[in-house]
Parts: sequence; C-alpha cells; structure tokens
Amino acid sequence: MEERRYRSAGGAPIALRRRQHSASCRELAVRCPRLQLCSLSAVTSAVWLAAYGLFALTENSMVLSAAIFVMLIGLIMYLHFVKIDQESLLVIGSLGIQVTSSYASGKESTTFIEMSQVKDVVINEAIHMQKVIYYLCILLQDPRDPQGISEVVPLFQSSKPRLDCLIEVYRSCQEILDQRKTVPQ
Amino acid sequence: MVLKVFFPSCCSSAESGILIGCWISKQSSAVILAVVHFPFIPVQVKQYLSEVQRVTKVSVSVLGTWSNSKQEKEESLSEFLEDLGTIFSHEPWIQISKEGDSKFWSCSALRKHSNNLKEEEIILVYYDQRKVMLSHLHPPLDTATSTDQEADDALKLSAIFDTVAKSKILFMTDRYDDGPIKLTHWQSDGNISGVCRSRVLKFWPLSFLWSKLSTCEQLGHRLQHLQVISSSQKAQNQTQLMRKANIFVSLLIDVVLGILLMSWLYRKNRIGHLADTLIPVADHVAEELQDLLQWLMGAPAGLKMNRALDQVLGRFFLYHIHLWISYIHLMSPFIEMILWYVGLSACLGLTVALCILSDIIALLTFHIYCFYVYGARLYCLKIYGLSSLWRLFRGKKWNVLRQRVDSCSYDLDQLFIGTLLFTILLFLLPTTALYYLVFTLLRLLVVIVQGLIHLLVDLIDSLPLYSIILRLCRSYRLAAGVKFRVLEQQDGKPLRLLMQINPLSYSSVVQTYRLPTYSCYPKDSWTSLCKKLFLGELIYPWKHKGEKQD
Repeated sequence: MEERRYRSAGGAPIALRRRQHSASCRELAVRCPRLQLCSLSAVTSAVWLAAYGLFALTENSMVLSAAIFVMLIGLIMYLHFVKIDQESLLVIGSLGIQVTSSYASGKESTTFIEMSQVKDVVINEAIHMQKVIYYLCILLQDPRDPQGISEVVPLFQSSKPRLDCLIEVYRSCQEILDQRKTVPQ
Repeated sequence: MVLKVFFPSCCSSAESGILIGCWISKQSSAVILAVVHFPFIPVQVKQYLSEVQRVTKVSVSVLGTWSNSKQEKEESLSEFLEDLGTIFSHEPWIQISKEGDSKFWSCSALRKHSNNLKEEEIILVYYDQRKVMLSHLHPPLDTATSTDQEADDALKLSAIFDTVAKSKILFMTDRYDDGPIKLTHWQSDGNISGVCRSRVLKFWPLSFLWSKLSTCEQLGHRLQHLQVISSSQKAQNQTQLMRKANIFVSLLIDVVLGILLMSWLYRKNRIGHLADTLIPVADHVAEELQDLLQWLMGAPAGLKMNRALDQVLGRFFLYHIHLWISYIHLMSPFIEMILWYVGLSACLGLTVALCILSDIIALLTFHIYCFYVYGARLYCLKIYGLSSLWRLFRGKKWNVLRQRVDSCSYDLDQLFIGTLLFTILLFLLPTTALYYLVFTLLRLLVVIVQGLIHLLVDLIDSLPLYSIILRLCRSYRLAAGVKFRVLEQQDGKPLRLLMQINPLSYSSVVQTYRLPTYSCYPKDSWTSLCKKLFLGELIYPWKHKGEKQD
C-alpha cells in the first residue's frame, strides 16, 4: 500500500492510495480536497449577516432562528449529497470494475461494471471553458456491435486529478486488463 | 373469387378519406381498420403505416378510397381519388362512395394487371369494430373430427378477428388528436371507457356530466384498481405482483386518510361552518367581478375605450352576474344538506375528497368560465375577420383547396365594403382585446388552482408506496447491482471478497413502479399555448384519456 500526493486540475492537493490485494485485484483511491474552513465560515457569516439585516428591517426574531435552521439543514444536505470525500476504483480481474464515491457524511454510492461489458479504460481529453482537462474513463461495449462503444463512464469527476496521477491509475488498470487478453476466458 | 370488404360500422359517417387495413389475398378479403382523412401527406402516411406494421406484425396498407359526399356527386373529387390510386398502389384498389344519407353505397375494385373485363362481384360486410377487437374466437369443439372445409372456414374468420385484435395500436390515435394523420375508427365514437358500462350512462346528459366531473373519473379509476386487486388470477411475474401490492397499499392509505379527514370535518360541526361560509364567499367573488366590470366600463388603466361597445359588453356581463347571484341565493337553503351528504363520500378516499373540492371550485367559478368563453369567441371572430379583411385590403385571398394565400382581383364595391368593415373592426379591437385579456387571466387563475389540486391527486394516485416501504425496510429485494468488498487477505491463499446487494435508488424505484394515472398532461408546448391565447382559440388545460373534445 502506498500513498502519493498530487494536485487536482484546480490546484488543490489530493492523494492517491494504491493497494494490491492480489495478483488480479487492485484498489486505487483518490482522496479529494477537504472542506476548507475559510469558505465554510465565509458562507455562514454571509447568511447570518443577511438574516440580521432582515431582522433589523422586520423586527421579527423568527428570522434569526430560521436562518440558523436553514444553515444547519443546508450544511447537512451539502455534506450528505454534494461533498465527496474519496473516490475509489476496485479492479478485480475477470470479475469487473467497481467505482465507489464516499461522501463526507459517510454515505457511499457504488456501481459495479462487469468485465464482459468493459471494452477498455482510457484517458480522454476534454475542452472545458478555457481549459483542456484530462479524465479517465471506462468504455463500455455495445452488445450488438463488437467494435462499437455503447457508453462512456467518466471516473474521478469531483477530485479531477491531473495527468501525472491519471497515468499511474491508467497503468495499474491496464496491467490487470491485459491479463484477460493473455488468459482467454 | 368474390371480393369481400369488411367495413367497420363506426366509419359509416366518417368524412372522405383513404381506407387503411389489411388485405388477405388467400380469401380475397379486405379488412378495413380505419379511414385517414384529408389533408395528409402521402409520405407521412406511408411512414406511419410501416411503423404500425413493424410493431403489430400485421401488414397494414392503404387499400382504397372512401368518399362521403353530402351533396351531388362531385366529379373533380372522383378524379382526385383516382389519382390517389397511383400514389398508393395496391392491387385491387377499392373505391367506396356514399351519397347523402343513402344506405346503398357504390363500391368498385380496380385491378390494373388483370385482363378480366367482367365486373367483379363485391360483398360488403359491416362489423362492429370494438366488439370484434375485444372478443375471443373459440374454435368449434370437435376440431378433431372436422373436415378440411370446416377448418378452412374457421381459419377465414379467425384471420379477420386476429387482424383487428392485433391492430390495437392503430386505434390509439384518432382524428381528435393533434398529429399529421387523422384517423377515424371505433374510438372516434367517444365511448366511455370505465367500469360502469350501464345503459343509463349512455344517454347524452348523464354521459356528458360523467366526463366533465373529475370526481366521477377518480371513482372510475379507483374501481378499476379494485378490480385489479380482487381478480382471482395470480400475478405471473414480479412486476405484476408489485403493481398489485402498490395499488392495494395506495388504496388503503387513501381510504385511511379520507376517513381521518371525514372525522376531522364532522367533529365540532366544521362542515356546517364550511357550508355557512360558502355562500358569502360566492357572493364576495360575484361582487368583486362586478367591481371589475365597472372599472372596465370606465377608463381602465387610463385607456380610452369605445364607449358604446364597452357599455354593451359591460351590461351583458353584469346581467350574467346578477343571474348567477340569484341562482346561488336560490340554492342557499339546500347547500348545508348537500354538503353534509357529499362530505360523507370522503370516506371513499382522500383523492375523492380532493376531486370533489376541485369540482366545487369549478362549479362556483362557472360564470368566470362562461365569461372567458364569450370573450374568447368574440375576440377570435374579430381576429379572423381582421386577418381576412387585411388580406382583402392587400388584394389577396385564402385559397382553401391549396391551403395558401393567392392574389385575387376584387370588385370595387367588394373592396369598399371590405375596407369599411376592416376599419370598424380595427378600431373596436382594443375594447374586445381588453375584455378578453381580463377574463383569460381570471380563467387561468382558476385553472392553476384546479391544476394544483389535480397534481396532488395524481401524486397520491401514482406513488408506489409499497415499493418505497420495501426499499426502506428490505432493501435487498430491489437490487440495482452488486458491490464487492475486499476482506482480510493472507499470502498464498485465494483472494477473499464479500458480495453485497446494491439497492435501487429511491428515484428509480418511483420511476419503475409508478402506477399509471388517467389524466394526460397538456400536450401543448408553451409556444403553441401562447399562439392559441393570441388568436383567441379556447384552451382546454387537460384532456383525460378516453374523453373526446373538439
């Protein structure tokens, strides 16, 4: 098991952790940049200032309690539905690839793709606004057309690692995917 | 062989068009399924037919033409119909024509590739399309001992029954639906689909009321659900089982909520208070409308109206409101009793109570609906008149046959009268437009309120509660996939993984197991809605499945 530090496309620090469970099973986890304290305090103070301004206008103390309530609910919902803590890829040769995203509140959302559906794992280029970003994606096979691609599943969408990190992940995946070509099923 | 044409009785009064159906060459019979009306684009008809063919595996094609002329036989139309034979080539090309109300129609079959000059004998067989579609043909019991001849006969009839039954998808759209193809078949009769097929409801006033009141629709829908649950047939697969369970839980929760509502209403005589406030509210609405009309009759928002027209329209609507208030006051002693008994039906379910509320709102604001219709019709007439006279002003005319604008030379007196009328209509436009605008806004307000209530009813109707509770408590029953977890490893030993079930997300549970509802949401997009409002065409916010409106 090893852990290395890289940078995301936006410049925030991220960490890649690699674990080899067996010859045909590897786990690659990318830890996303954490929730910054300064941004959290900025949002909180903005909301409370607005609530205080409204209270000064309306002289209704319900506004203040409503603001606290809204803030708490908003924070919980953000942590549970939006903020992703870690994205991991579990590649099990001849079984499939499992993509997991763990949220800051502990929720995990998993998708498992069978190996027969996986055509290849590639690094793609995308032009987003004024930037060119690289992303890793899984190409799914079209059952009707062996040469065609039915779907593209992008990985690591919220951590957005840079090319150097992606190359490491790509090499690890390809080592396992190569095994299925040498060992015909 | 003698040519047999099976014609559906429901199409006897259809307007002219082309016949589509199935040709069974072995028995030399043509089964006609529907009539496609003019105008149509041949390419679209062919596309539609190939789609239907692909889905139903029945070879549906254009078989011939149908002309229903109310007056004398028109020569030009018959040539046009023969021309159609070259576009849709079919062997033989059947031409049926009906004149006026005569029972005896003329039918001819053209065969291009035959040298037979003798007139082919044609037999016209009428059949009730709906009954044939729904019935199941039972072969004779002693098929083992039947001769070949009998088997052939059975085959003939069963082929016809099969053809009609398999073409159900063809009967989904008809001429009342907006689309490139306008068909007439048994659905165009406007049958009331629902559980109560009693003869009483077929009489005109009751069937009309039945289709207009949303309470009756909801009751019919719930009765259908009860039928599904109480059917003794066991559910064949998982989906059917879940559907039955969902319907059962939904009905149960509905009835429980309805009984709770009823107990709350009848405690402390709240229903009496409700009845007492109903009349003053109706009065208040009527008074507000009167104030609005007085404002319109003056100088609304500083605009200067045409005084005479303004007074006429204003007095007409004021008299209407006066009549309405009198009717309400006439009804006032009975309101409490009616409301008390109607409130008892809330025990049938919360959805029924909400539908009753929506119907009460519709009945109380009926005068707003009337005003909207008057204003819209007046405005629509004005707009059509203006556009037609504007064309006259420029020296053009609308060509109905070619569906386009052509130039036309008018006489001097035609031009004079046309220009005069155009000027009059143009200067009266602001007054009519203002009345139309005000009443349309009021009508839209009522429609929005009713729409929200219907949305709530739909939500309760279609929410698959059993599936959601199953996902909550026994999430392994509804699986979206699997997930693996790597357990402790030891070198030299095989890889140990734990496979767990990945449950379906709540949104996909709701989407997969949603119960179908009876109301279709408006098919008009925003642009077509704005266009209809601008032209003054009446808007019907929701069409229910099985209800035909023109």
